[in-house]
Amino acid sequence: MSAHIEIPYNMDERPDTGLYNAKLGVWLFLASEVMLFGALFSSYVLLRTGASTWEAGHLILNWKLAMVNTFVLIGSSVTMVMSWAALKMNNLAKFKLYMGLTVLCGIAFLVIKGIEYAAKFEHGLLPNQSTFMAIYFTMTGLHGLHVIGGMIVNGYLLGPGSKMWATEPQRFTNRIEVAGLYWHFVDLVWIFLFPTLYLLPGK
Amino acid sequence: MSEAVQKQIKQYLIIGLALFIGTVLTVWVAELKVTILTGIIIAVIIATIKSTLVAGYFMHLLHERKIIYQILLLTAVFTVVMVGLVLFSHSDQQGAQHGIFNVPAKQVPAAADHH
Amino acid sequence: MATDTHHHHNEHHDEPSWIRKYVFSTDHKVIGIQYGLTSLVFLFFGFCLLMMMRWQLAYPGEALPLLGKWLGEARMPGGVMAPEFYNQLGAMHGTIMVFLGVVPLAVGAFGNYLVPLQVGAQDMAFPKLNMSSYWVYFVGGVVMFASFFVPEGAAQSGWTSYAPLSIVTTPAQSIFRGQTMWLIGMVFLITSSLLGSVNIIVTIVQLRAPGLTWMRLPFFCWAQLVTSFLLLLAFPPLEAAGVMQLMDRLAGSSFFMPAGLVISGKPWEGSGGGSALLWQHLFWFLAHPEVYVLILPAMGIVAEVIANNTRKPLWGYSALVWASAILGFLSFVVWAHHMYLTGMGTAISAFFQTTTMLISVPSIIILTALILSLWGGSIRFTTPMLFALAFLPMFGIGGLTGLPLGLATSDIQLHDTYYVIGHFHYVVAPGTIFALFAGIYYWYPKVTGRRMSETLGKWHFWGSLVFMNTVFMPMFVQGMAGMSRRMYDGGEAYLHNQHVLGFNRMIGVGAWGLGLFQLFFIINFFWSLKRGEKVNDNPWKATTLEWNTPTPPPHGNFTKIPDAYRGPYEYSLPGSDTHKDYYPQWEPDHVAKAGPKETK
Repeated sequence: MSAHIEIPYNMDERPDTGLYNAKLGVWLFLASEVMLFGALFSSYVLLRTGASTWEAGHLILNWKLAMVNTFVLIGSSVTMVMSWAALKMNNLAKFKLYMGLTVLCGIAFLVIKGIEYAAKFEHGLLPNQSTFMAIYFTMTGLHGLHVIGGMIVNGYLLGPGSKMWATEPQRFTNRIEVAGLYWHFVDLVWIFLFPTLYLLPGK
Repeated sequence: MSEAVQKQIKQYLIIGLALFIGTVLTVWVAELKVTILTGIIIAVIIATIKSTLVAGYFMHLLHERKIIYQILLLTAVFTVVMVGLVLFSHSDQQGAQHGIFNVPAKQVPAAADHH
Repeated sequence: MATDTHHHHNEHHDEPSWIRKYVFSTDHKVIGIQYGLTSLVFLFFGFCLLMMMRWQLAYPGEALPLLGKWLGEARMPGGVMAPEFYNQLGAMHGTIMVFLGVVPLAVGAFGNYLVPLQVGAQDMAFPKLNMSSYWVYFVGGVVMFASFFVPEGAAQSGWTSYAPLSIVTTPAQSIFRGQTMWLIGMVFLITSSLLGSVNIIVTIVQLRAPGLTWMRLPFFCWAQLVTSFLLLLAFPPLEAAGVMQLMDRLAGSSFFMPAGLVISGKPWEGSGGGSALLWQHLFWFLAHPEVYVLILPAMGIVAEVIANNTRKPLWGYSALVWASAILGFLSFVVWAHHMYLTGMGTAISAFFQTTTMLISVPSIIILTALILSLWGGSIRFTTPMLFALAFLPMFGIGGLTGLPLGLATSDIQLHDTYYVIGHFHYVVAPGTIFALFAGIYYWYPKVTGRRMSETLGKWHFWGSLVFMNTVFMPMFVQGMAGMSRRMYDGGEAYLHNQHVLGFNRMIGVGAWGLGLFQLFFIINFFWSLKRGEKVNDNPWKATTLEWNTPTPPPHGNFTKIPDAYRGPYEYSLPGSDTHKDYYPQWEPDHVAKAGPKETK
């Protein structure tokens, strides 16, 4: 009757699947995220094909800011994967540097997004103006929430969560890998959002 | 171990660079005066290449376990089903003004008059 | 359960506090019980809503006795039900029964409690995630329940929340409106389901005990696995749609609002350009797989109970496994058979009719395998077995009456009539809920260490069986006569309804009788906690791993992680002796000399 329970394979790989639990878990979660954003993209396509007119993103949205944001997010993906590699090299200081940069990129992304939103509010370009503006706010807003969620996780792993490195380094490295998978997915969604919303011509 | 990681790090940086270039390319293509359909196709192709790089290298999808591939295949099938069937039924809608790519909807014969 | 809560702090320092042990517990069994009790309360609440509706249908315009005054003038002016309140009851009955009652009971409670035990694990793969998924579900439930008390009451656009009705009803841009709270509640419930399904899949894939190969997995776990995949991949589109409808209601966007609407004689002011059908597509993309989320765990429970009570291996175990996987897959490509009347073209309609007919094949395979499993068995007619046996014909009626709805030609006549209500209630009420009762009676001894009373159980069963059919069978007749499902007075004004309106009284009596017989269950449930017959660890002489634990299973479940040596249903094997007709999965081969070494 031990009060402490050891769940198997939360650190090592199960031989027949070759995976530890959290990795399978996060991929399943990402599969559901694919369906979530897939539904939004299919709504976009359906509403666009059914519409008689459609705004051109680059005329009413600030595509230059969005391009900067793309660079920021891609950069954060690079630093994220570098932080994981640093742990594999047993270098906690370097991990903290790269993870810190990742969180900073996240903040930069949200600040730029905030500037963009503020300009839209100022000009009265709200979701009730057109289907295009509605889908722009819904998709970028939902994506922004995902960025915030990722930053909370990354911030935890950079701060209090990193104590685990001293006791269970393998498990901590796994956590960074899993957090990274999520973060890269958020980047991946943006890679599609950017041209879809900001660059495609209207009709 | 650490040499392999060093090699990986170099790879990550190259991929990062490729993604930056891809973004510039996307913007540049959008500036070209091409038709809507060509623009969409080119944008989708570049975005797909970029996302393949992210998924393949940053998310290690190129060297992943079988069960992950199976889950993602299932998800991909259902995504295609969702997008495809929704659009298909939209284009096959009776009395709809516009079908996919603005092909006029099929003429519904005025059968109601003969009842 | 909560007897030794005092003096704990002084004696054991490592013992978790009462709150950590029973409220914010990470133990899958406590979470399973939390899910179970919460969902049973919601089932009862949803059932009460229905009993009020049936009064209004049986005696339209007459004051509801006792309750009428108590519910307030806004809902019940002069004790008579207001049409708006009837609509709220209808919408919330469906929502509560499906999303807060049956699914949390089938997946949250049974899945949580049994899957780790049946795969021989100490807990779920992610215990903390498991706890949070229960509490997210709880918050969703609270939001849904609270929506009855906001201005203009709860959601009243049906459980399907079709746009534009759901957007233009009580349109204030405040979150404290019924429909808005419905959407927020749904976002919570969907998130909870996603977390729970990830947990169940990872537990089954990663934590199976040594020797428990895929084809030795109890069918119940297979059913939970397929169900979890359905929840995982079908729910997110509804979450997306829910967010879009929230935008439509709160931010004034037009995702589901076409241009040129005229509402109550006034042109609707909005940008337009949306598609009302988009909501229907995204809603049914979830809501059809949801039907299989409701039925698959039920089939899993019935399979376990039937194998145990016939003392026979299940007939066609691998056929059951494959059929449920195919069923799960096909359930993603049939959704638009709910939309034949939306002006759907013939090509797409033909596609969905074909897939709908196809999906009946694996359903029939499963039902047939379960029926054939009875053949030649020496059946023990225990209470769980009675419920499991009744499930078979009841689900059969529900399934077969679905076929005319899956074909566009007959659906045009039957769509939105009481026939539809009869059809899906046969699947879910005497179908799934009977299976869930079977499961409760069957696993109650493992959870509590005591058996439920057989006498009270049989009263509960026979009363429920008779009154379930009294309620739902007449609906087929009413539906075929063309009676619409949404009329708050039953459609008194319509000539074609006149000769079937009388059934409403019969259905009303059936519903209240059904409620009366549930008292036997409630009394039994609590009485047996203290007074039920005490049992050993394996009272049903069953074979799957959950019966290899102390009773009730302690934190960590097994005294020693078991090895699985054989398939899940090795009952009455040829050559087995007369004293023991079963070989549990955990018994090594040398004990069971006569048994075959390996089953497929």
